[in-house]
Amino acid sequence: MTSAKPTLEIRDLHVAVEGKPILKGLSLAVNKGEIHALMGPNGSGKSTLANALMGNPKYEITGGSIHLNGVDVLELSADERGRKGLFLAFQYPTAIPGVSVANFLRMALTARRKEMGMEKPLPPKEFRALVKEKMALLRMDDSFAGRYINDGFSGGEKKRAEILQMAVLQPEIAVLDETDSGLDIDALRIVSEGVNALSGPNLGVLLITHYQRILNYIKPQFVHVLVDGRIVKSGGPELAHELEAQGYDWVREIQAA
Amino acid sequence: MNEPQQTLDIREGYKEKFGFHDDIAPVFKSRRGLDKSVVEEISAMKGEPAWMRDFRLKALEQFEKKPLPNWGGNVGEIDFQNIFYYLKPTEEQTKNWDEVPADIKRTFDRLGIPEAEQKFLSGVGAQYDSETVYHKIKQDLADKGVIFLDTGSALEQHPDLFRQYFGTIIPPSDNKFAALNSAVWSGGSFIYVPKGVKVDMPLQAYFRINAQNMGQFERTLIIVDEGAWVHYVEGCTAPIYASDSLHSAVVEIIVKKGARCRYTTIQNWSNNVFNLVTKRAAAYQDATMEWVDANLGSKLTMKYPSVYLMEPGAHAEILSIAFAGKGQHQDAGGKAVHGAPNTTSSVVSKSISKDGGRAGYRGLIKVAKGAKGCKSTVRCDALLLDEHSRSDTYPYMEIEEDQVSIGHEATVSKIGDEQLFYLMSRGIPEAEAAAMIVSGFIEPITKELPMEYAVEMNRLIQLQMEGSVG
Repeated sequence: MTSAKPTLEIRDLHVAVEGKPILKGLSLAVNKGEIHALMGPNGSGKSTLANALMGNPKYEITGGSIHLNGVDVLELSADERGRKGLFLAFQYPTAIPGVSVANFLRMALTARRKEMGMEKPLPPKEFRALVKEKMALLRMDDSFAGRYINDGFSGGEKKRAEILQMAVLQPEIAVLDETDSGLDIDALRIVSEGVNALSGPNLGVLLITHYQRILNYIKPQFVHVLVDGRIVKSGGPELAHELEAQGYDWVREIQAA
Repeated sequence: MNEPQQTLDIREGYKEKFGFHDDIAPVFKSRRGLDKSVVEEISAMKGEPAWMRDFRLKALEQFEKKPLPNWGGNVGEIDFQNIFYYLKPTEEQTKNWDEVPADIKRTFDRLGIPEAEQKFLSGVGAQYDSETVYHKIKQDLADKGVIFLDTGSALEQHPDLFRQYFGTIIPPSDNKFAALNSAVWSGGSFIYVPKGVKVDMPLQAYFRINAQNMGQFERTLIIVDEGAWVHYVEGCTAPIYASDSLHSAVVEIIVKKGARCRYTTIQNWSNNVFNLVTKRAAAYQDATMEWVDANLGSKLTMKYPSVYLMEPGAHAEILSIAFAGKGQHQDAGGKAVHGAPNTTSSVVSKSISKDGGRAGYRGLIKVAKGAKGCKSTVRCDALLLDEHSRSDTYPYMEIEEDQVSIGHEATVSKIGDEQLFYLMSRGIPEAEAAAMIVSGFIEPITKELPMEYAVEMNRLIQLQMEGSVG
């Protein structure tokens, strides 16, 4: 990428949860067209980063900045961030009983389109065709659109539903928070194929994961290692393999040295 | 979401959409307050037979003798002598909207009634203060013998049928407000569906209070003969005034062998209306009675639609929605009385409270001795939208028979920050996200409604939620 400003730019970010500092100066830039993997052990601050990016009010920003296309994201509420093209695939998606997937997608898409200057919602026929196409990509049954959001979904269904939302809303930056956790091999393959199909020059992906396993399916250009609230090492895909071989203790040692 | 938003007045959109009033000159208005002479005057205005006048006067005595209920809401605030008990808005009732006086017609146009009649109704009645100004049923149903009239006209045109059933399900002595209604009743619907006739599109009545300090006392009587089917829908709105109005209806329903009746209410009175209504049905062998009772408006509602299951195989279905915002108290619920073996009932209640409102479920399941094999399930869910709102559940059970199956489940939940954050992260603004969660919460009931009413319900929920999420 040659543009002056990265699509998503995180600078020296400090975040606290219930008064306890979790992120302690994290900097990261993600451009459209790039796939970044952020790896780290439990408790390193991975999910805190995901929630802070999306504007979860339980996460308190105590320092630093986040910009999306040059806009100060910290000034925006969660819905404004969503409309501007930031997307979070949740690690634990919440059930909304009584609200169908289709209804939810329609409202969300209408809000997103409005932000992009399209005043009118997509006509119902086109909307249905779009959802159908994206569901087919994720090998979901048509009946899925009529089910209530995450209500009684299996682990794999929840993760697929997250990627379905991403496919319909077409964000500029997608943060996938441990999308691989709790998935069996088949589900992991389907979800990964979905992400791969969606990635391209118009999408930047930040893939947050504990394990190297998903990187067999989704190939990042950049890998970062998060330990104790800071990125301690960045590199290319080979870094993931080193981590897999040597474990997180290895980077902890680097950090200590 | 980062900063607490200002809590705005609840139902702020109500005024513009429903809360307007018209300056009409009624053809007759009784003086303020209630006594024997007012009751006699109402009866005389209507040219009623002597038995009805006597019925009214007896009921007035009952009303004066009975104490106010000391449970439920604060009915002590009602000033019975400050109310107008009868107001006749027009000289004649009509079957043609063009003959309805222009300013009254404009009201019903704004409420979308004539349009709905064209699109998806079998018949419409429109009551304005005390009298019905418009009433019409589709010709093919009239040809099959279906009667859909305002209750006063039914007394005139079908005196025998009327007298056979009137007051048999809810006698004036039932409670203070049933006695009041029996004394001063005016308007309401009378429906008779002959044996085997299925009315496939709903019959709708719309009740509008326009005058200030008005008392509206409609009286509805529905008889569904053997194997017949009918769906009756009522809607209600009123202008916003600083002082209170009273709405106290009585609804009696007889569902005969193998028949089915569904009665849907979308109550959206303004927040200055006391809504104290007695509704009861008797269901006979293999009959089904369904109450779908949604209460969004009023200052205080006390209403517990009941079904008396009189013969084996009868089934009762009670779906109740209560939404209380600022300054509102919804004391809603239902009753199923199992008076015969092998009868079944199901009660689903969803209550929502916000901005300090109070909503709840009050219900009774009663099984008489010897009514073996009865089944009943009650499910009450409450959703609280903030810290200072209140939800109550009073599930009474009087089970006098052992060989029965009774289930009861109750939940109370708060609107979840996680749910809001999840929806908002997808670009949906906070108020819309909260409305979505509420619509989802009542979806088990709205999915039972015809599409047009489900859409209307969700629109009203949206209106309740507008600009008021803290």
